[in-house]
Amino acid sequence: MEVKWTRKDLLSLYDLSAEEIVFILDTAEEFKKVSERNVKKVPALRGKTVVNFFVEPSTRTRVSFELAEQRLSADIINVQASTSSLLKGETLLDTIKNLEALQVDLFVMRHAAPGAQNFIAQNTRCGIVNAGDGAHSHPTQALLDMFTIREKKGRIAGLKVTIVGDILHSRVARSNIWGLLKLGAEVTVVGPATLVPHEFESIGVRVTHNLKEAVRDADVVNVLRIQHERLNAAFFPSDAEYARFFGITPEVVATMKPDAIIMHPGPINRDVEISSLVADGPRSVILEQVTNGLAVRMAVLFLVAGCVKK
Amino acid sequence: MIEGINNFILRNARVMDPYTGEDNVRDIGVMDGMLVDPECVLNPLTVDLENLVAAPGFIDMHVHLRQPGNTAAETIATGTMAAAAGGFTGIVPMPNTNPACDSASTIEYLRRHTAVDGVVRVYPCGCLTKGFAGEEMAPIGNLKTAGVMALSDDGRCVQNHDLMRHILEYAKSFELPVLDHCEDNSLKGSGVVHEGQLSMLLGMNGIPSLAEELMVARDVMLARLVGWKIHIQHVSAKESVELIRRARAAGIMVTAEATPHHIALTDEFIRKYDTNYKMNPPLRTEEDRQEVIRALADGTITVIATDHAPHTATSKMVEFDVAPFGIVGLETALPICLTELYHAGHLGLMQLISKFTVGPTDILGIGNHSLTAGNPADITIFDPEAEYVIDKNRFYTKSRNTPFHGMRVKGMVRGTMVCGRLVYDQLAERRVE
Repeated sequence: MEVKWTRKDLLSLYDLSAEEIVFILDTAEEFKKVSERNVKKVPALRGKTVVNFFVEPSTRTRVSFELAEQRLSADIINVQASTSSLLKGETLLDTIKNLEALQVDLFVMRHAAPGAQNFIAQNTRCGIVNAGDGAHSHPTQALLDMFTIREKKGRIAGLKVTIVGDILHSRVARSNIWGLLKLGAEVTVVGPATLVPHEFESIGVRVTHNLKEAVRDADVVNVLRIQHERLNAAFFPSDAEYARFFGITPEVVATMKPDAIIMHPGPINRDVEISSLVADGPRSVILEQVTNGLAVRMAVLFLVAGCVKK
Repeated sequence: MIEGINNFILRNARVMDPYTGEDNVRDIGVMDGMLVDPECVLNPLTVDLENLVAAPGFIDMHVHLRQPGNTAAETIATGTMAAAAGGFTGIVPMPNTNPACDSASTIEYLRRHTAVDGVVRVYPCGCLTKGFAGEEMAPIGNLKTAGVMALSDDGRCVQNHDLMRHILEYAKSFELPVLDHCEDNSLKGSGVVHEGQLSMLLGMNGIPSLAEELMVARDVMLARLVGWKIHIQHVSAKESVELIRRARAAGIMVTAEATPHHIALTDEFIRKYDTNYKMNPPLRTEEDRQEVIRALADGTITVIATDHAPHTATSKMVEFDVAPFGIVGLETALPICLTELYHAGHLGLMQLISKFTVGPTDILGIGNHSLTAGNPADITIFDPEAEYVIDKNRFYTKSRNTPFHGMRVKGMVRGTMVCGRLVYDQLAERRVE
């Protein structure tokens, strides 16, 4: 395979070219086969040490990364904020520098502050894979979403993708928007004006507040989670009202194109942003996204590990 | 370096004095700390200032000295030396120290230490409220007696409009100007950068211009109601500028300052996640920056002040959300403003000098501080044409938190004289024996 990857970090899809994104997706296709074998393990990261450094709680993403690392035969350390020295007053950079001194190779890092991974990446020789930084970026989620779209639809260019819900606080939305635009999709965002800022129009995203109109012609509908933990002020009156006007119900699905697929990054608030009937229904590819996440994360870890200098 | 008190003849200086309108090449005599006729100076040291500008001493009315409370970031000694190196002969340190300058005893502490460690003149400023907590009025009368020249809760903004009204009325009785950091807390929220296209795309918490504009509008209305002076600190948003412009046209006693960083930089830089671009108010858009410059040119904004805010490297080498707001500014203000305002063609040299002299002295009531015989010899000497690259490692301030490191500028401070003492001296090769 021709080497097209030169980065020790994956911080944001904004930084990547379309070619680099496609290269990750192609690499992930190869790794997907690994998990379908009898022996689900390859020695690609044998002898490398990966630190899963989660300063913000996570189960799904951390487990997905950890399994990806295991299947690549890496050595793994898990550090979580509750057990880390950050609580003892050490700065984030000092904590990273101490781990770096233990000769680790990669950090998979989640942090509540946007740009925290960018800051750390500038100050360490280790590779940084962003597993989510505030509302900024969650590149592996967007890559697995795009992987799933490509698998289901055969392409990304020219597709109409509608992202529904809390765009304002969503790193998933921001990463999907950059990635999809770079690969030539048409992106619409929809939700109440409190959660869907018009500023996204400046980069070529269609912004609307009318759900039915936004999903009517869509090939892909990506439904975002209502993140109660980030909604620290009044953005909408109640879950019930949100569900009534912006929830993806069977009635909404009935107005969509017959071959449109429905995605959700999880975890789902059932019957708030998406009805159980839809989430578990035939259009839903939600669990396939989870499966693909593993392949995408294996690909990303493999590529960045190859660029970390000793 | 010329130390101690000497008598001077400063030869061939281009004297630019906005108090008198003088723009003239002549000699300046300094004897016993006062400006005198050069003919009368006994035993002078002679310095040739050919091609250099000599202006009345610059005043920076917005500085944080961090003493008492955070001497790891700055002290009275290092902060006033940085002021001297920036061409400032006087500064107004903000009262948000620890303990705060909300009592006569803290002001006395400040005066006692500046008398010993201070390199330039320090004009004390007292709090508006106790502990700058925005709840109870500070002892404004006592503060005045202790020597404050102005009042401010800088870093915070009194949210209670009724309290702010009473503070303004009470300050009026003691003839103290009120300097306000205009910011509505609920609109600011947990914001760290300007709310706009970039903050939305980068997923960073924004501070909307409205957070400033709303309090500027409030202050303008209070100044009208009470009939007393409010000075709007570090104006950053174009909407605020327009409110101030209209208020001044209506004769309301409102003045305003702009900082060099709001003159020179925009929120485009936040992409770097470099905390040296984190300040409050935040860097805003190019449109805002242009409007601030227009307001300096048309006289709406009469003061340039630095909001010199030293922070230790440790406190700034953190995640952007966690870092404290603020940058150092004393030693970069004049070169940045000469580059961005004078050489860029927005302001004449005399007009620029007035923002550092007449502007602040009018508000603070320091009065005429011109380069005329009989006045104290407070002089700022600079070369408007000299080019250099800013190097933070050469700063006198204890902190290094600047976004201007490595920037090429045109304009250099060459000497600062306070009461006849050459406290900053880059004139060695110009000594005439």
